[in-house]
Amino acid sequence: MTEDNRHIAFICSKGNLDMAYPALVMGWAALGNGIDVTIFFTFWGLDLINDKRVDHLEIAPVANTSMKMTMMGIDTGNLGIPNLMGVLPGMTAFATKLMKDKMDKIEVPPVREYLQMLVDGGAKLYACKMSVDMMELSMDDFVEGVQDIVTAGDFMDMTEGAQVIFI
Amino acid sequence: METLVFAGQSVEVNEEGFLVNPGDWSKEIAVDIARQEGIEELTDAHWKVIEFCRQQATETGSAPTLRQITTGSGITTKELFALFPKGPAKKVAKVSGLGKPEGCV
Repeated sequence: MTEDNRHIAFICSKGNLDMAYPALVMGWAALGNGIDVTIFFTFWGLDLINDKRVDHLEIAPVANTSMKMTMMGIDTGNLGIPNLMGVLPGMTAFATKLMKDKMDKIEVPPVREYLQMLVDGGAKLYACKMSVDMMELSMDDFVEGVQDIVTAGDFMDMTEGAQVIFI
Repeated sequence: METLVFAGQSVEVNEEGFLVNPGDWSKEIAVDIARQEGIEELTDAHWKVIEFCRQQATETGSAPTLRQITTGSGITTKELFALFPKGPAKKVAKVSGLGKPEGCV
């Protein structure tokens, strides 16, 4: 990394499938434009780099006011998926499949592949030490390309002058 | 819009430096644009990427995204970033004489 180059850092704190994508999409765009990229995974965000979890991220229809029936191809306008229905077994899996299919249709790669693209493009990935300790994880649990487990202080040092986006 | 001279030929470029008319493009112009983008020499691997992009643009009407390039041309992401360092998305399109890629991936 050069001193004068633009640098964007993302803090990924969420492990839901829909919340995995913002940093991936923007990070990839940044790399494509020659901007340095650092991604710090903390708390639930660790699911995105957890080798056992990354292929099983989900989106739950309960308490998601944006999830409308029209997303399932039923043209009911503003009618949402009732929360009461959302609690039925299989509804989260159903919503997840729906989203994955839609992503696939517009040629958005799955999270694991997307992360690899970012690593290959030069992004630096780090796991948050406190969350790692709390969840009793280690470097062995993470996908390839994660550089290190670092403290919040380390993150501050490595993102001096960077633009930081919290997700 | 302004006119720039690449390889002795005047061509129109937009405010970001992309060729306005892909038909103005030639291999000589590509070499000259690449040099201005910091790529001293266009190797066979560079040409493979450029030819793929030109081909794609002819078929689809727009410059391919980085992922479309890697999945379609057989060049890996690592290679692509090494061939066109510091911002391959714009550099590839510029050197190939195309507009900015329109996709996000």
